[in-house]
Amino acid sequence: MSEQLSLAKPALPSQRKGGPLLEVEGLTKHFPLRDGFLFKRQVGAVQAVDGVDFTIHEGEALGLVGESGCGKSTTGRLVTRLLEPTAGQILYQGHNITHTDRKHLAPIRSQIQMIFQDPYASLNPRQTVGTIITGPMEINHIQPPGGHEKRVRELLETVGLNPEHYNRFPHEFSGGQRQRIGIARALGMQPKLIIADEPVSALDVSIQAQVVNLLQKLQHELGIAFLFIAHDLAIVRHFSHRVAVMYLGKIMEIGNRTDIYETPRHPYTHALLSAAPEANPDDEQERIRLAGDVPSPINPPTGCRFRTRCWKAQQKCTTEEPPLLQIAGNNTGHLTACHYPQDPTTAARDEDVVLDPALAALEQNAQESAEESAEESAEGSAEEQ
Amino acid sequence: MTTLTKPEQPSGRRDGAPFLSVRDLSVQFATEDGIVKAVDGLSFDVERGRTLGIVGESGSGKSVTNLAVLGLHNPRNTAITGEIVLNGHELTGAPQRTLEKLRGNTMAMIFQDSLSALSPYYTVGRQIAEPFRKHTGASRKAARERAVEMLRRVGIPQPELRVDDYPHQFSGGMRQRAMIALALVCDPQLLIADEPTTALDVTVQAQILDLLKQLQQETGTAIIFITHDLGVVARICDDVLVMYAGRCVERGTVRDILTTPRHPYAWGLLSSVPRRKAPVDAPLRPIPGTPPSLLKPPTGCPFHPRCEFREYVGDTRCQDERPMLTLDSGRGAACHLPAEQQKSIFAEQIRPLLGRS
Amino acid sequence: MLRFLVRRVLGAIVILLLISAVTYFLFFALPADPAALSCGKNCNPQTLALIRKNLGLDEPVPVQYWQYMIGIFLGRNMTIGHCSAPCFGYSFASQQPVWSTLMNRYPTTVTLAAMGALIFLVIGVGLGLISAARQGTAFDKIASAVSLTGQSVQIYFIGPLAIYLFADTLGWLSRGHDPDWTHDPVGSITGMILPAMVMSVIFWSNYSRQTRSLMVEQLSEDHVRTARAKGMTSRYVFMRYALRGAMGPIITIFGMDLSSVFGGAIITEYTFGLHGLGQLAVSAVTQTDLPLEMGVMLFGAAAIVIANIIVDACYAVIDPRIRLS
Repeated sequence: MSEQLSLAKPALPSQRKGGPLLEVEGLTKHFPLRDGFLFKRQVGAVQAVDGVDFTIHEGEALGLVGESGCGKSTTGRLVTRLLEPTAGQILYQGHNITHTDRKHLAPIRSQIQMIFQDPYASLNPRQTVGTIITGPMEINHIQPPGGHEKRVRELLETVGLNPEHYNRFPHEFSGGQRQRIGIARALGMQPKLIIADEPVSALDVSIQAQVVNLLQKLQHELGIAFLFIAHDLAIVRHFSHRVAVMYLGKIMEIGNRTDIYETPRHPYTHALLSAAPEANPDDEQERIRLAGDVPSPINPPTGCRFRTRCWKAQQKCTTEEPPLLQIAGNNTGHLTACHYPQDPTTAARDEDVVLDPALAALEQNAQESAEESAEESAEGSAEEQ
Repeated sequence: MTTLTKPEQPSGRRDGAPFLSVRDLSVQFATEDGIVKAVDGLSFDVERGRTLGIVGESGSGKSVTNLAVLGLHNPRNTAITGEIVLNGHELTGAPQRTLEKLRGNTMAMIFQDSLSALSPYYTVGRQIAEPFRKHTGASRKAARERAVEMLRRVGIPQPELRVDDYPHQFSGGMRQRAMIALALVCDPQLLIADEPTTALDVTVQAQILDLLKQLQQETGTAIIFITHDLGVVARICDDVLVMYAGRCVERGTVRDILTTPRHPYAWGLLSSVPRRKAPVDAPLRPIPGTPPSLLKPPTGCPFHPRCEFREYVGDTRCQDERPMLTLDSGRGAACHLPAEQQKSIFAEQIRPLLGRS
Repeated sequence: MLRFLVRRVLGAIVILLLISAVTYFLFFALPADPAALSCGKNCNPQTLALIRKNLGLDEPVPVQYWQYMIGIFLGRNMTIGHCSAPCFGYSFASQQPVWSTLMNRYPTTVTLAAMGALIFLVIGVGLGLISAARQGTAFDKIASAVSLTGQSVQIYFIGPLAIYLFADTLGWLSRGHDPDWTHDPVGSITGMILPAMVMSVIFWSNYSRQTRSLMVEQLSEDHVRTARAKGMTSRYVFMRYALRGAMGPIITIFGMDLSSVFGGAIITEYTFGLHGLGQLAVSAVTQTDLPLEMGVMLFGAAAIVIANIIVDACYAVIDPRIRLS
């Protein structure tokens, strides 16, 4: 397996800016489930993240996309060491930080910052904006020239807030402005890597674009690397140089954004792209409708985790887990974990894939009745003649 | 021979009166801070077999409108004026008993969050059977059979067993299906879906949208689909109403709104969402500012404080004069910009950002 | 469900054992010596040692505790005679077996607590429900004023007042007497009405306020709105959906209040001169009567623990999410 994985390393997509900043290998997080009659014992585990490998280079934005329960947020929390990994390793600038203790982690922690989804819950309502942004700087002994207040005012300006609002409280700001405060707090640490966990999904559509543009500006101007976690495929494409598609704790496919969005190979990537609606009435795409929801990560399917919802699954998918590697015909760095990959196109096909039984039945009925009425009208016109 | 049967066909109704007709609807809430003008002079029609999408951001009044149609607002602090005519019956000011007979029967609603919208204390089957028993007078047994049938129709596996499960035993997608079964159990002629797929995963959302569309083809139900997602609108709606600050700012068919929108707010909605086929290097074009407070909505055009095209109109007309929505065969925008200018601005400044040929 | 109950019962046993041990060992931490007390003023060391031996105080404390616990389950031979299981020993003060004293006294306390709880649940929850249904009306405001007044009074203040008004002046109710369920069931109830009413007053307001706010919260829940969107009548929605949701928290609050209910019953007993466990507990403490103190303590703790298990079981019956997870 290690041999196949090594294929991933020499590949250098064009957008790559610098050397590897963060390398994650075999990253795993199992949350134990305890139950028992009198004494609790471990009866299983939520396999939230199960052997994930990826690399983020300096100044690069890696998108992590997937549905609920795929482990994308857990991955983000593992990388920032908010959660303790069960297995695998995390290398930051070549240092192994997988299990580093708090004290030794401190200098690195300030370089890896996180932006959270909920702009309402992630700011202390009893602190002023100034305190919120200064706090982490003080803890990490960051002494900006000109003092903290000056720096905070600069940061507020950078994120598009009025520097005069230094003494206001979070509740005086709208959702989008609070998210900007969260971004200013992260920037105060002069991070090299920002983990953005669904940074815009709680915001209104018109505000989302403001925040995405701000993050993109910071990325370009300050050269900060991003791990951009989101469920929205279009936003991930817009923001990320490379994209990893996760499903039930595993990476199904990873590659640069054209690989993933234009020539995807994994059936799940195809299904995701097909499901995401575009605001275009003329959008011509293959139509894939899966059946049911994502299975529970407590007892994930054997072999390939996607096989229970996959239309191409065969016996091999049950017994053998497909390794993440470069399939023939893929660009370098475009890795897919699939035994029976799809053709590299998302264009509409002759036949839709409809796995949902109720939907298939309804469509069958509709088609039959359409055919019947067509026959009837044909008969009618024949009679008239 | 065939011409004789034609007038009896239900499709003839398409030409007649709309199934739901809302005229000059206003909804105001009394709050501690003052009066919130949640909906202000809204008019629209919905025809049988068609889907009207109501699009807007939070606080635009899209949900409030539909709660008013169902009569689900709190009468203690809400004032509703205007006309809501459902199939010839006037609903504004109708007694609760009349509304109770219509709700769940002629008109039904699907809510966004199926976990909180279904009672945790009763089985899914019971919650589906309840309105059926009330509105049709069916026996307990018949209602249960109906619930099983509905669950099967919406694609719940093993419906005979799952009918006795509680909502928390269902997955998110299945619960939303159960919610649809609950709404459709009495074959309503009007279905109001309030962000029914927003809480779902994208692959499940696609299933549910297609399912709703197919069920509509079978039953000919009129649907009002409330959403903030223009992609979802493209999938399911025939007509679209864009709401901003409690007012309708633009109306038209789904093609009109998505391919040749006229109102600057509609442009903003389209160009602030990234698109999978748009160029990646161009930044998004967000709408500046934040949505207005409905306690004190802006004068004139409610969108004018955020509008980047005010100077094309000149003077202070946008601040002073409320633009009227005049419809030409169901199409129109409430904007002071001359029609020609709307066209040229969209073609030159907005369309290139959307990545369409 | 069964598993849940068994687990709760086993947990309860552990709690009772802990309570008994803590009470027992705390007793010996007190400066007072029960043997010296019972020996009186003209006490010589020999008599004191004899009394110690008779009372079983000569053994090390852990051994005494062990023998005490064995006695509860198997009975034990004591200097005074054989004490059969459940043996809680003999009172130092009265030389009476603790168990039979408890058996004599508990009906008063339990009847008072149960009737009081019944009354405040009916009145408090009832007021809360009507207030929730008629938010903002005159009834809502008066009900909240009345129950607030109820909360701010004290049992020993309104007790005598109620006796004077309802028993002595109007003659509607009896002044209150100990129940005798075997011989006079009707009198047992009527004799307890006045004390139970007085005791319930302090609990009304809490329950009416909690019920009101829980119902207001439930009425704005999404699933209640769904029920209304289905065309169910407002009364049906109120009773079947909103109340169903409010019941769980009300029961939880009741479970947490149980010890205050017993506390209230004890004060009420004193106020009305009834012979319940309250009086017994006070005399046991003042006379450093270890066996009696242990008996009352364990009895009270057991009552509260059992009542809590019943409350939890009710909660599981009401809420399928707990029952089926």
